[in-house]
Order: sequence, then structure tokens, then C-alpha cells
Amino acid sequence: MRKMSFYGTALPGLEAESYSGKLIVIEGTDGVGRSTQISILRAWLEARGHAVLDTGMTRSVLAGRGIKEAKQGHTLGRLTMQLYYATDFADRLENEMVPALRAGFIVLTDRYIYSAIARAVVRGAAPDWIRAIYGIALVPDAVFYLRIRSAQELVPRVLASGRGFDYWESGMDLHLGEDFYDSFIEYQTRLLQEFDRMSGEYGFRVVDASRPIRRVAADLRRAVARIIDDEGRAVAQPELIAEGVSAASEAEETLSRVEGSAYH
Amino acid sequence: MISYGQHQFPGQLFVVEGTDGSGKSTQLALLYQWLKSEGYPVFFSEWNSSVLVKDTTRRAKKRRLFTPATFSLLHATDFADRTERDIIPPLKAGAIVLADRYIYTAFARDVVRGCDRAWVREIYRFAVKPTVAFFFRAPLDVAIDRIISGRPALKYYEAGMDMGWSDEPEESFKIFQGKILEEYDRMVGEFNLTVIDATRSIEQQQREMRAIVSRHLRQRARGMGI
Repeated sequence: MRKMSFYGTALPGLEAESYSGKLIVIEGTDGVGRSTQISILRAWLEARGHAVLDTGMTRSVLAGRGIKEAKQGHTLGRLTMQLYYATDFADRLENEMVPALRAGFIVLTDRYIYSAIARAVVRGAAPDWIRAIYGIALVPDAVFYLRIRSAQELVPRVLASGRGFDYWESGMDLHLGEDFYDSFIEYQTRLLQEFDRMSGEYGFRVVDASRPIRRVAADLRRAVARIIDDEGRAVAQPELIAEGVSAASEAEETLSRVEGSAYH
Repeated sequence: MISYGQHQFPGQLFVVEGTDGSGKSTQLALLYQWLKSEGYPVFFSEWNSSVLVKDTTRRAKKRRLFTPATFSLLHATDFADRTERDIIPPLKAGAIVLADRYIYTAFARDVVRGCDRAWVREIYRFAVKPTVAFFFRAPLDVAIDRIISGRPALKYYEAGMDMGWSDEPEESFKIFQGKILEEYDRMVGEFNLTVIDATRSIEQQQREMRAIVSRHLRQRARGMGI
């Protein structure tokens, strides 16, 4: 169990609670392979018997659809977009992440407040303003920052995805270049600088994402195992051993069920 | 990002605030008609009117999806859209902008719902500081009578039913409005709100409002050498 701690002001009603799950953040700019790594990590965690919730930006029940619709048009202002994203985040934090963490889930989140902060600051928002808004965020158990060396490195990945350059991922609203390519490079370069700036501030664990998917996945697995197992040792107090044993056998049962369903 | 108080525009911004039933919208409509007849370029902006956010708000109210924090943030999103679209451009163009409810509505409601006072104020730091913020102050029983007699049924969030103070919408509404009035009273000094006694006749209130607005319009005209 761990006490919830927040970057700034906690949301009403969440102040002094404890939770038994783990909040693990996968951060990084567009196209670094976050969602691929999350699906690999999820399958592995579930095979080990952990319940997993995965979440990500614009997936809230409250604001997800509204944000997507607003992004289709050409009238979405910067402040409006930033606050819409904050609404989406708060809804997922209160209605998905916190309940899952209380129930002992491993929550894997594809991006967290750091992407939102980087995008806002690159668009001219006051850094302390956007940080204060996201002061409601729970401090995660770990933030893995999938880092690539340059924006140029992202280009083959964007092309390989078959979607081509996206208006927002290219920062076209900022008028940084003549075309999608120029704008993409400039925008992503600025985002990478913002992430590097936040790395120390928020204690990112930097993962070199220029390597093959398999190697990145192995690193993440090792690091996540350490976070989960540390906690396992911490609760193995003498009076809790009996409970621990039954929990372990339950986990094994789940594992064999999972394997059973996977292989038959 | 430019924050509250730092904006310098040729236009002027007048806003009305007050509890439900204080008569503020009636007063603002009269002011609007008068300014138009005087030949001023006037632009009117209403709380909760952003096209980009409207559907989300409506759905969330219907399905009761809000928590105090998301209620606060979605209304801030709506207000940001209005600021970027309806408030700053006309002010830059030198128009008079009239706003029915402004950031003080959010400060009152969100704090009553349990959001942190400083956090809510920080969110709205981007707002333009009004030339004058009128606060139509009506005693609780007067405002409540006006609302309850004039409306078929109180809505869930309007009555503050999400707070669980009472199962009776009317009772809940009274508690909610009482707390909101306390927050408004705290803000009079903090934000230098101009208090209008909303128990007086509509004509008297309107006369007072026009006198204050005229003074600011004359000052501005002198400042610009007109």
C-alpha cells in the first residue's frame, strides 16, 4: 500500500487515500512506439497474473468525443484545447485510474500530464500555469520516457504507419514550416526539448527507444518487474505470510487460466 | 501567455454576476439595447455558450458524468473558447463586450463544490480583467422565490444535487445558493466587484448601471483623444 501523493492540489475527496496498485506511465513523443510497448507489457503482466487497466489521452467518457470532434474543425483555439485535455485527464484520473489503483490494478497509461504540458508550453502557455492545472495529478510509481535522438528519426516510423503526417502531430496550427514535413520536424524537435527539460524535474526513467522493439520491451519488463516485486517483498511481514501464500496460489491459478486460454 | 489584468485592449468589457434569480440577465439585456441605440459597437457573450463544448456539457449533465473537478475544467474549457473567440477579438477591435456571467461564477460554484480556491483562480488566469464587474446582490429568499416560481423543475446540477446535501431539489437548491452567495460576498473585495442592490426596482438598477458604464466610456473616449 502506498499513500497517494499529488504534484499540487489534490482533487476534492482524494486527499489522504492509500492504494495498492501501481501507476506506470509510458511517455514519449508521437511515433516512438508507446502503444506497441504498452500492448506487449500488458500481455506480459496479465500472464503473470496482474490485473491491468490501460488508458491514454482523449479516451475519457466525458470529453473524448468532444475533443476528437473539435480537432476535426479549424476553430479550436490553444487555450481551449489545453483545458479540454485537462478535462479529459481529470475524468480518467477520477473515474478510471484512481478506482483501478485502489482495487490493486496495474495502470498503464499511454502518456500522462507530461505530453500535455510539453504541447501547451510549445504553444506559448505559461509553464507554471499548465503545471498548476495538472497539480491534481497523482505522482506515478514510475515514468518511462521512450526517448529518440532526433525528430528525423521519427519520420520513417510515421511513413511506415501508412497514415502519413497528421495535422496536429505536425503542429500545423503553429505555422512552423512551409509544409507538413518541415512543420513536423520543427514541432517534434521543440517537443523533444521540452521532454528533456522535464526529465530531471519529474524523475523520468529514460529508455533508449532508437533500438529494436524487442530490446526496448525487455528493458521495460525488467524495470516494471522490479517495481512490482519490491512491493511484494515489502508486504511479506511475518503476520501476512499466510495471506501472501494464498494470494500467490491464486495468482498461479489465474496464470494457468490465462495460459490455458492462450494456448488452447 | 497573458494573464488576468495584463490585457490592454481598446474595447471595454462589462460583466454581470449574481446568484440565479438576481435579475442580472434582465439588466444586461437593457444595457445592451441602450448601448446599441447610442450607436456603440456591442458584442454579447453568454456563459456556457461555446459551440465546441456545448454537446459535451449537455451529455455530461444528462448522464450525470460530472465530478466537481471535471465540472470546473469543462466550464473553464467553455470559457476559454469564448475568450479566444467572443471576447478578445471584439475587444481588440474596440467594441464593447457584455458578458452574462464571468469567471466569478466559476469561482463561486466550483469552490462550493469543494475545489481548491487557489486552484480554480489559477485555471482562469488567462481571463481578461473586466472594466466593471457588476454583482447583483439579492437576499437569498428573494432570489429563490423568483427561480422556484418561474420554473417547472430545478435541474440536477443547477440545484447542486450532486453534492448530496439534500434529496429534496428545492432544499438542496437553497443550501447551494446560500453557499454561493457567501462566496460572492468574499469576492467583492478581492476582485473589486461593483455591488448593485437587486431588491430595488428594475428602472433604478438600470439607471445606476448606465451611469457607471457612461463614466467609463467617457474616460476611454478622453484617453483616446476623441
